[in-house]
Amino acid sequence: MTSSRDVLFASIRTALGVSGAEAPRRQAVADRISGHPRGVIPARAELPPAGQIALFKEMVEAAAATLVHLPDASAVPAAIAAYLRARNLPLSILRGADARLANLPWQSEPALDVWIGPSDGRQLAGLSHAFGGIAESGTVVMLSGPDNPSTLNLLPDHHLVVVNAADVTGTYEEVWDRIRTLYGPGTLPRTVNWITGPSRSADIEQTLLLGAHGPRSLHVLLVGDA
Amino acid sequence: MSVHITSPQFKQNAREALADQPLQKALAKVGPGFIGKRAAAAEKLPEFEALRDSARDIKNHTLAHLDLYMERFEEKARAAGGHVHFAVDAAEARNIILGICRDLGAKTVTKGKSMISEEIGLNDHLEANGIQPVETDLGEYLIQIRGEGPSHIIAPAIHLNKEQVEADFRRVHADLPPERNLSEPTALLAEARGKLREKFLAADVGITGANFLVAETGTSIIVTNEGNGDLTQTLPKAHIVLASIEKLVPTLEDVSQLLRVLARSATGQEMSVYTTFSTGPRRAEDPDGPGDYHVVILDNGRSGMLAGQLREMLRCIRCGACMNHCPVYHAVGGHAYGWVYPGPMGSVLTPSLIGVEKGRNLPNASTFCGRCEEVCPVRIPLPKLMRHWREKEFERHLMPATQRTGLAVWSFLARRGWLYRPMTRMAMAMLALVGKSKGRFSKLPLAGGWTQYRDFPAPEGDTFQAQWAARKNVR
Repeated sequence: MTSSRDVLFASIRTALGVSGAEAPRRQAVADRISGHPRGVIPARAELPPAGQIALFKEMVEAAAATLVHLPDASAVPAAIAAYLRARNLPLSILRGADARLANLPWQSEPALDVWIGPSDGRQLAGLSHAFGGIAESGTVVMLSGPDNPSTLNLLPDHHLVVVNAADVTGTYEEVWDRIRTLYGPGTLPRTVNWITGPSRSADIEQTLLLGAHGPRSLHVLLVGDA
Repeated sequence: MSVHITSPQFKQNAREALADQPLQKALAKVGPGFIGKRAAAAEKLPEFEALRDSARDIKNHTLAHLDLYMERFEEKARAAGGHVHFAVDAAEARNIILGICRDLGAKTVTKGKSMISEEIGLNDHLEANGIQPVETDLGEYLIQIRGEGPSHIIAPAIHLNKEQVEADFRRVHADLPPERNLSEPTALLAEARGKLREKFLAADVGITGANFLVAETGTSIIVTNEGNGDLTQTLPKAHIVLASIEKLVPTLEDVSQLLRVLARSATGQEMSVYTTFSTGPRRAEDPDGPGDYHVVILDNGRSGMLAGQLREMLRCIRCGACMNHCPVYHAVGGHAYGWVYPGPMGSVLTPSLIGVEKGRNLPNASTFCGRCEEVCPVRIPLPKLMRHWREKEFERHLMPATQRTGLAVWSFLARRGWLYRPMTRMAMAMLALVGKSKGRFSKLPLAGGWTQYRDFPAPEGDTFQAQWAARKNVR
């Protein structure tokens, strides 16, 4: 019996006038995947490190997120507590197992409750550590896993994201190369979330409103220098 | 096709749309909103035009090697623990998805926005089989509770006004206190967020479309602003991706090129809020994510389009810029087109997928002003492809006899200048004489379609050809 898979491949090959066995075609595909050429890269993203940090901050804010730039990681717990207090939120936050978050000086904020695990939708604030930041569009890059569960990116009303300034790159392509180095070629973690600003919808009369289904606020804690 | 098709009644649909006051009020906002935002985003990126060329070339390369990229995608998605299914037509795709839901004992499914799901009539099929689908994109949710189809590919409820949304929420949300003020969009959004949050957390299966499938890694990608598709695929036990064959792209770099033009062309954003790359089900160490991951790859008539000039249509990345810039879409909205895909891209795609017999009105519903092609991020020559369908319509004798006879008479005369010139000259002289007093005609034999809506100006003198000949002699 012919499977739908066979039918589908056969009709594509008939329409293209190919058998699928042609060596030059196979070579072209193999080359493209192994070489993954970059194409057109916007000049705005090809800046020296300090320029990239400035652009990242500008673009994060243009996407309606907020950002604080901290001198080093030890300032993160106080910045989180300040953020929550300023919005009259409970001093409680949920995070993943990421060692960079675990090693923060939490004792400096004894009133702040820090919980560990994925979100079940009942927490108002979630904390993640970004894999990187992209200056070109003010995007933070999140990788799934026990260190930074994906649900933290989506369920809490307030999503706080720590980004190391050293991990801010100009373009998406630089992030893909970093991930390839870490995970090997052709392999990704289960979920990669690019997040550019807080959730929004313009589905009612094209009026843009924040806080559709995901977080109503995205707050970036940018740490250190490039 | 399970979705009710009214494309053959396009003229009737358009008449009704033009007379529909709430619809006209909503449509008045389409052009001013989208056109300026796209133009501003394009202006801000000097490389935008070069990126459009790059996007076009990536899609052309992928389509020319589609069988091989699909093989690679299948291999990588399976290696990551995913299941890949192939569906030749709509019925097969529906049944594959129903089968997966049944195997998991699913009662409710949440859904991210997917045009292919509309194309195959998935919701009706699930409901008929005892599974409750819940659309979670705000616009899709609105049209689901109204029992309508989308009127735009990225803004499905763009035909609605906030008063209609309020009325629908009061009708459907039984626990909504009558005294709650829902007069502003913010209140309506908060109501929808609360209702749908419960659904997200309770769903057994999440179904999304895909903006792209990446062959390099076996990854499916969705792009949303609300985060609804991302919650849909993260929270339930299983994630089912429904994607058509032309969503394939070779590499992560290629998809990055396409993402740079997608949001800018669609909404004028630099980048959409959530771009989510999913590869397989949750891994052993993952604390969240779906336990099963399925990709259903659908043909439904697309492979045939690879053979001729319609292949260019398969470059489409569903940004909606063509309809956002279309004067016909602005006038009649999306429902008038009578099937799933409206606007210029629908006018090319609909005859390809449901047949030119049923879709023949759509390629004629165009002024050929060319704005769609000017803004298409992958440079699809939409007017040329609409003309292709007009030619097919003529070849297959699908036009009404009067139109056909009229065209035949005109072409007979036009090819015989010795006959055409004196005849038109005589006719113009007669019209000039009769219309002299008023300078226009409010009724004219054989031109009732024109004079029904506007006057026909009376000719003032000689024909163009006669004037041209005279001037040439003067020189």
